[in-house]
Amino acid sequence: MATFQYKITDEVGIHARPAGRLVKEAKQYDAEITLKCNGKNADVKKLMALMSLGVRKDDVIAVTVVGKDDAAVAQKLEAFFKDNL
Amino acid sequence: MEKFNGKKIFSGIAIGKIKYYSKVQNQVVRKKIEDKEEEIRRYEAAKEQAILQLRELYQKAIKEVGELNAEIFEVHAMMLEDDGFNDSVYNIITSQEVNAEYAVGMTGDNFAEMFANMEDDYFKARSVDVKDISERVLSILIGNSSDSEIGDEPVIIAAEDLTPSETIQMDKSKLLAFVTKAGSSNSHTAILARTMGIPALIGIDIQEEWNGKTGIIDGYTGIFIIDPDEATLEEYQGEKKQEIKKKELLQTLKGKENVTKSGQKISLYANIGSISDLAMVLQNDAGGIGLFRSEFLYLESDDFPTEDEQFIEYRKVAETMAGKKVIIRTLDIGADKQVDYFRLDKEENPAMGYRAIRICLTRQEIFKTQLRALFRASAYGNIAIMYPMIISVDEVRQIKQISKEVKEELKAAGIEIGNVEEGIMIETPAAAVISDLLAEEADFFSIGTNDLTQYTLAIDRQNAKLDSFYNAHHEAVLRLIKMVVDNAHKAGIWAGICGELGADTELTETFLKMGVDELSVSPGCILPIRQIIREAE
Repeated sequence: MATFQYKITDEVGIHARPAGRLVKEAKQYDAEITLKCNGKNADVKKLMALMSLGVRKDDVIAVTVVGKDDAAVAQKLEAFFKDNL
Repeated sequence: MEKFNGKKIFSGIAIGKIKYYSKVQNQVVRKKIEDKEEEIRRYEAAKEQAILQLRELYQKAIKEVGELNAEIFEVHAMMLEDDGFNDSVYNIITSQEVNAEYAVGMTGDNFAEMFANMEDDYFKARSVDVKDISERVLSILIGNSSDSEIGDEPVIIAAEDLTPSETIQMDKSKLLAFVTKAGSSNSHTAILARTMGIPALIGIDIQEEWNGKTGIIDGYTGIFIIDPDEATLEEYQGEKKQEIKKKELLQTLKGKENVTKSGQKISLYANIGSISDLAMVLQNDAGGIGLFRSEFLYLESDDFPTEDEQFIEYRKVAETMAGKKVIIRTLDIGADKQVDYFRLDKEENPAMGYRAIRICLTRQEIFKTQLRALFRASAYGNIAIMYPMIISVDEVRQIKQISKEVKEELKAAGIEIGNVEEGIMIETPAAAVISDLLAEEADFFSIGTNDLTQYTLAIDRQNAKLDSFYNAHHEAVLRLIKMVVDNAHKAGIWAGICGELGADTELTETFLKMGVDELSVSPGCILPIRQIIREAE
């Protein structure tokens, strides 16, 4: 299991386009990826669930990766958040 | 004959039959079914077809309105592929033993409601997207044609409102213009109309009874005419003919060089204010971007944009322009552009106050963040940096010192940077007068004629009382421009014009004679100016 935290800097939060890209990114990995924000959880591979968290700017999210190469996957996802969100 | 006034979104004249456009309403009936497997197969087939349609729309939109505006259709396809959405449809079909239509309708409604109940306005608005995708699948299942059919005859579309997917799906060759009631000049549909180059008006109270009547849209004045009389119709037909002629002529200029009959060449670049203008830049065949106003990053934000946020935007522009020059002006906040989080004091005379480079040199952390983002992005294309509101050689030396430090820091961190030209704006009489000295320090000059004119003539353009004193072609301004160009050439650097005067076609020949190297104008002005250049001696 690997985890990381990230503070969202994007003006509108995890909005449709980056959420779509995030799902695409997550689906490449053979691991269970969960995003936690404001006490709610969502599977990062599920777009609508992810968007329904309503993650906004300055929210701190926690991502947990369980499965194959979880440390490497977590690292890649963290980089994705930094670049896109 | 009836006349209405609306707000113009895109100029141009359109004459034709009005088509009242209303959304297709899919009637969903709940039916008990026996064969659950068959319903799931029907759903799967409809979904696949819907995704296929969206992929096609996405490709169509990329070509017509650019990748950024097209992304919404990719998101729609992703929503349809979402496990949560699909699980809900399967679950309703199997547990309630009902038809696929009902399951899709319910699922769409539930998800749409979920978004509609969210606090944040952005997420609230996504319920429209969910509705859009479930309606698409329903149309396929029910057999309604969802592709916004507008018939064989070209029409003016009149609608309450249009979604981006409705706009882009319409067959462009049958589309004369849009008139809608709702929408804003910054709405998605307005942007699409602009990038598609179709005359459009908003804010007109659309009536269904107009369907089939003849309409005229005057996108230059914002007037919409229904059932025009003979004389009006004739007048507009004449104008339309001229417009077509002009357009055809301009299209033949695409891909042509900006060269005079005697072989003198000049670069024609575009001025842009945000990423969304890029489509227009490419459509109008600009040789590069001569002025990218970076302020929008600051004006659209509630706090200082971070280095990464800026880097991503600059990189996008550099990559989209694919090696063509992109001149980015560092922030020009102050004067008429105020941003709360800068906490600037109220000034008696803001035009001559604390603005642009004066902020950057006194609050260097803001300046350095922007420079770092710019230099990082420079590895992805041909970026040049331009500094505004310069009045002295000392300022340029200070800037170069800061920029040198930033470059060294980046290099020490192993970050690749490109070869970046660093030039200055000549927009104060002081800079024009000492342009011989400044030319020793800068890689290029770009003359900002709006401020240069205002400061030289001591006339505020916003003050209508001064109109009779104002002369855009004042000899003093023209002499300053000539002097700046001469001094640039003596020092072996190039000089361009990026203010409004650059687009003044009455002066194009004058600028050619002066030896101006580059004109940067709004994208729509590029081809008309190219025409003048090619006809000049």
